[in-house]
Amino acid sequence: MKFNRENKLLIGLCTAAAILIAKLFTIQIIDDKYKMSAENNTMVYTTIYPTRGIIHDRTGKILVGNKVAYDLMVTPKEVEKAKGFDTLALCRVLDITPEFVREKMAEFSRNRRRIGWQSVVMIKQIPPETYMKFAEVAYKFPGFRGQARSIREYPYNAGGNLLGYVSEVNANYIAKHPEYKAGDYAGMTGIEAARENELKGEKGHNIWLRNSRNQIESRYRDGEMDKEAVPGDDIMTTIDAELQNYGQMLMNRKVGSLVAIEPSTGEILTLVSSPGIDVDQLANIGQHYKEISTDPYKPMFNRAVQASYPPGSVFKLVNGLIGLQEEVFTPNTHYPCSMGYHFGKNKLGCHAHKSPLNFEESIMMSCNAYYCYVLRSLLENPKYDSIDEAMDKWNEYVKSFGFGQKLGSDFPSELGGNIPSSKYYNRVYRKGGWKATTVISLSIGQGEIGCTPLHLANLCATIANRGFYYTPHIIKDSENVTIDQKYKEKNYTMVDTTHFHKVIGGMYRAVNSGYGSGGTASVAAVEGLDICGKTGTAQNPHGHDHSVFICFAPRDNPKIAVAAYVENGGFGATWAAPIASLLTEKYLNGEISKERKALEERMLNGDLLDRVKVKR
Amino acid sequence: MRSAGGYRNRSLAKTIDWSLVFCWLILIFIGWANIYASIHATEPSSIFDFSSRSGKQFVWMATALVIAVTVLFVFPARLYESAAFPIYVFVIMLLVAVIFLGIEVKGSRSWFEFGPVRFQPAEISKISTSLMLAAVMSQSGYRIGRWKDFITTAAIILLPMMIIIGQSETGSALVYVGFIFMLYREGLSGWLIFMVGMAILLFILTLTASPYTAVLVLAGIASLCICLYSGRFRWWLIICVPLVVLFAFVPDILESIAAAGQDPALVEEAVEEASAGGSWVTKIKPLYILLGAIGLSIPFVAYQAFRERNTFTHLAIISSLAGIVLVFSVNFLFNDVLQDHQRKRIEVLLGMKEDPSGVGYNVNQSMIAIGSGGLTGKGYLNGTQTTYGFVPEQSTDFIFCTIGEEWGFVGCTFIILLYVFLMWRIVKDAERSREAFTRIYGYCVACCIFMHLFINIGMTIGLMPVIGIPLPFISYGGSSLWGFTALLFIFIALDRNERKYF
Repeated sequence: MKFNRENKLLIGLCTAAAILIAKLFTIQIIDDKYKMSAENNTMVYTTIYPTRGIIHDRTGKILVGNKVAYDLMVTPKEVEKAKGFDTLALCRVLDITPEFVREKMAEFSRNRRRIGWQSVVMIKQIPPETYMKFAEVAYKFPGFRGQARSIREYPYNAGGNLLGYVSEVNANYIAKHPEYKAGDYAGMTGIEAARENELKGEKGHNIWLRNSRNQIESRYRDGEMDKEAVPGDDIMTTIDAELQNYGQMLMNRKVGSLVAIEPSTGEILTLVSSPGIDVDQLANIGQHYKEISTDPYKPMFNRAVQASYPPGSVFKLVNGLIGLQEEVFTPNTHYPCSMGYHFGKNKLGCHAHKSPLNFEESIMMSCNAYYCYVLRSLLENPKYDSIDEAMDKWNEYVKSFGFGQKLGSDFPSELGGNIPSSKYYNRVYRKGGWKATTVISLSIGQGEIGCTPLHLANLCATIANRGFYYTPHIIKDSENVTIDQKYKEKNYTMVDTTHFHKVIGGMYRAVNSGYGSGGTASVAAVEGLDICGKTGTAQNPHGHDHSVFICFAPRDNPKIAVAAYVENGGFGATWAAPIASLLTEKYLNGEISKERKALEERMLNGDLLDRVKVKR
Repeated sequence: MRSAGGYRNRSLAKTIDWSLVFCWLILIFIGWANIYASIHATEPSSIFDFSSRSGKQFVWMATALVIAVTVLFVFPARLYESAAFPIYVFVIMLLVAVIFLGIEVKGSRSWFEFGPVRFQPAEISKISTSLMLAAVMSQSGYRIGRWKDFITTAAIILLPMMIIIGQSETGSALVYVGFIFMLYREGLSGWLIFMVGMAILLFILTLTASPYTAVLVLAGIASLCICLYSGRFRWWLIICVPLVVLFAFVPDILESIAAAGQDPALVEEAVEEASAGGSWVTKIKPLYILLGAIGLSIPFVAYQAFRERNTFTHLAIISSLAGIVLVFSVNFLFNDVLQDHQRKRIEVLLGMKEDPSGVGYNVNQSMIAIGSGGLTGKGYLNGTQTTYGFVPEQSTDFIFCTIGEEWGFVGCTFIILLYVFLMWRIVKDAERSREAFTRIYGYCVACCIFMHLFINIGMTIGLMPVIGIPLPFISYGGSSLWGFTALLFIFIALDRNERKYF
C-alpha cells in the first residue's frame, strides 16, 4: 500500500471512526455509571405512608387513633383505552355529582402528557362504607382503583385546638422542614405538632421499574431495595379524656378557656379553648379549612395559651403575696373601704361589704380598696429610691409567678402575655410623669396586665403548692417519650412559702362561708371537697365584663387547680366559678352531686355567643 | 470487469455502484425505524401514521427516492459540471434571501416555509459548493499552490460559510471546514491541516489552562518543527527541552519569591524597597518573561535560517507569531464573538463548568441513554431513556441515542462502520475516476458526510460540544434527507457516467 494522500486520508477516517467506537465502548461497556443513571431514570418510587402514632390520655384511653379511608385513584390512559365508563353509575355508588367527575376528567385530560400512564388521585378520603359499595362494582370501571390510607380518628371530643390537626405539607412548611416532601402529612397544631417527631413514623417505599411505555412492569430487584414503613410512636398525654370531654361540654356555646392542672406535677389535665375546631372536622381539615378560618369566633385561635386577658381580681392574690413578702402590711392590717378607694378627686370603686377588713376578708370579699393601699405601699416603699425601682421590683415578683413570659410548656404556639415595667410607663408618661395612683388599676388586675388562662391556672397551682410550680406540660413519660427534665423541677416564686397559707385561708372563706357571709364564690362550694377559689370580674370596655375564676381542691394535698375564663360572662361567680367548680367536682368525685345538677344543667345549656361582639 | 470494452451498452446493473445505493437504502430505513422508536411512546400510533414523524419521514423517503431517480436518469451527468456556476450563484442568493424572507426556528433564520414543507437552503448549499469547487479545481492549469487559485478556492468555501454563520447556524457552517481534507488530497500542504489543529489546541489550552501554558506549548512545538526540518534534533533535545521545562516552573518560582517578599522578617530588612515598589516581584507576569525570551531568540533563529536560505523556518516563525496573537485574542473571540449558548456548550465540553440541568443536561441524558444500551442494547422499541423524553431532539439531532440505547454497542459500531464503508467506497470510486471533476466532487461528498457523522455522534457521546446538525440519512427531516440524497446521487450519477463511457 502506497503512503499517498488518499491512503493517509483513509487512515484518518478509520482513526476518527475508531475514536468514536472507543468512546462508545467506554460508556456502553466499561463504565457502569450510565446504566445506573438510566435505572434511576426509570425507577418509580411508590411511597408507603406510615400510620401515625396513637395519642393516649393519662389513663391510657385513646384520644387520637387511626382508621382507614380510601383515596380513589384513576389512571386516565386506562380509562381512555377502555373507551370511557358509566359516569352516572360511578356517581351513584360514590355519592358525587356528574359535574365533579367531568371536571376532574377534563383536568386530567389537560395534563395528560405529564400524567402519562401514572395514576392520580380523584377523590380523597372516602369512608370505608362508601368504598365498599364501589369495590363491589369496581370491575365496571377499568382504570379506577382505591388506595387505602390511614387517617385520624377521634373517640373523644377533646377539642381540635388541643389535639391539633394533621394535613398535607405545603411549600412553606417544606421550606422550613426540608426533610418533608410534597404529599407528606404533618401535625400542624396542638399535640400533633408538639410531638410530630415521635408521631410521624418513617416512610417506606416500593421501587418499581417502568417500561418504555411508562407502565409499571416489575419490582426493582424483586423488592430487595424496598423499605417497609415504620409506624409512628404512641405517646401518652397528661390530659384526662373524660374531664377534657366534660370541659368541652361546659364551655359549649361560650367564648373563653378552661384549664386544669395537677399541681403536684404540673400536668395539664384539661385544656379547652372555646369555640374550637370540632373533631369531626379535624380528620378532614382540608375540606373545612376555609369555613373554619373565616368563622368570626376564630375557632383556630387557641385562647387557652394565646389570648392575653386582663386577669381581674384574681390578680389581687399576687399583689397580696408580694405585699406580705415586702412587709408593707401584715395579715392583720385593716384597711377601710367606702365603696372604693379615693385619691384626690378620683375613686376606684368597690362593692358594698363590711369595712374596715383584714387580709383574709379582703380576699374573701374581693375588696378593691384594700389592694389599692397594698399596691400604693409597694410602689411608694421608702426602701426603694424611686418609683421606677419599686415598679421594676414589683415586675420581677410578678414574673416569678410565670406571668409576662411564655411558661415554656411543651404545647406549641404558647404566648407570653404582658406585665408592665417602669420602662413602659416612662415611655407612655415620660420619666417622673406618673405615680402610684396613675397605675392603681394594676392592684386589681386591670390596666396593662395581660395573661393567658394557662398563666392563671399556673398561678392557682402555685398557690395550691404553697409557693412553687412545675412548668405545665401535656406529655407524660412513656415507653417512647422521655420529657424534658425541666418539667420535673420546682419553680419557686420570690415570695416565701410561709406566706401562702394566709392567701389560701382567704380563698377557702371566699368559697365556703355560705351565702350571706359576703364570700364571693359561695356558688362554687361542694360539700366535702374544700374548694379554695378566687373570683375575678375583668372590666371590658367593649361589652359585658369577663367572668374569671381560679380554684383548687382539696385544701390540703390539692389534686386539681382550675382556671376558667368566660368572655362577656359578667361576674366571676356567674359563669366562671360554677364551671370551674363543676370541673373540679367531676374530677374529684367522678360525678356531680344531686344538689348541683340544676347548676350543671344551666352551665351546659348556657349560651353566651350572642353577647360576644364579633366582626362579621 | 471494470476495464474497457463494450461500454456503450452496459446495463444499468453494471454502471451503477450498487453498494452505495444499498448503503443509502439501509441507512434511511434504519433512520425511519429509529424515528418511530423515538416517538412511539409519546405519540402512540402506527409507523405509517402520516401525522406522526415516522409517517412523515416515510413520505420524505419516498420523495427522496424520486429525487435519486431523477438525479440518476433524468438529468444528463454533464449538466452538473456546466451548471455548477449558476447553481452556486443561485444558492448563494437563496442563502441571503432566507435571512430576510425565512421563518425563525429556534433563534435562527435559515428556513423557508412553503405550506407544510420546510426547507433549509444550507442543505443544498453543500451540494452547490461541492459542485463549484469541483468545477473550478478541475480546470486545466489549476494549481492549489498558486496564490490566485488558492484564494479563489478559499473564497468559494468561505462565502456560503460566512452567510450561514450570519444566519446563526454556526453548526452547519462548521461542516465546511471539512473541505480542507479534500483540499489536502488535491495538493494543499499538510501543514495547513496541522496549523488548523494547532489553532484548536491553542484555543483549548488558553481556555482550560492559561495563556502562559499555551504559548509555552506553542514554543516547544514550533522549535521542534524547526529543528526537525533543519536536521538539528539533538540541538532541540539539548537546548529547547531544558528551556521549556525551566519555563514551566517560572510561575511557581515567581510566586514563591513574591510570598517570601511578603514575609514580615524580610520586609523589615528591606523597608526601603518594599515601600518603593511594593512587592515588585508580583508585578512581573511570567508571560512577559516568556515572551521576552522568545523575542530574544527569534532574531537569532531567523538570522541562522537566512544564512541557510531556509524558508520553512521563516514561515514557522511567522506562524508561531500568529499563534501568539491567537492566544491573546482567545478571550475576545470566546467572550465577544461566540454567542452565549455556544460559549456554554464549549465550557461544558471542556469541563470548565458543570451544568447538569442546562446545557450539560442534554449531553448527560444522551450519554445515559447510549451508555445504558450496553453491548447489545435493550431491543427495538424497548428503550426507556429516549422514550420518556429525557433526551431532547430525540428524533432529529439526538437520534443516535435511540440507536445506542436500543441496539447497543453492536448496533452503534455497525452503523459507524456502515458510514465508514460508504465514505471509503466514495473515496475509492473518486480515486478511480479519470475526471478530476468527479474525483473532487466525490471527496467533497465524503468530507460533508464525515463532518456530519463525527460532529453529530461526537456530540451525543460527549466528545464534541453540542452542535445541532443532523446525522446524514438517519435524522428526521425532509430537507436534510433530500439534501444528502441529492449530494450522494449526483456522485453516483457522475460515477455511472464514467463507467458508461470508459
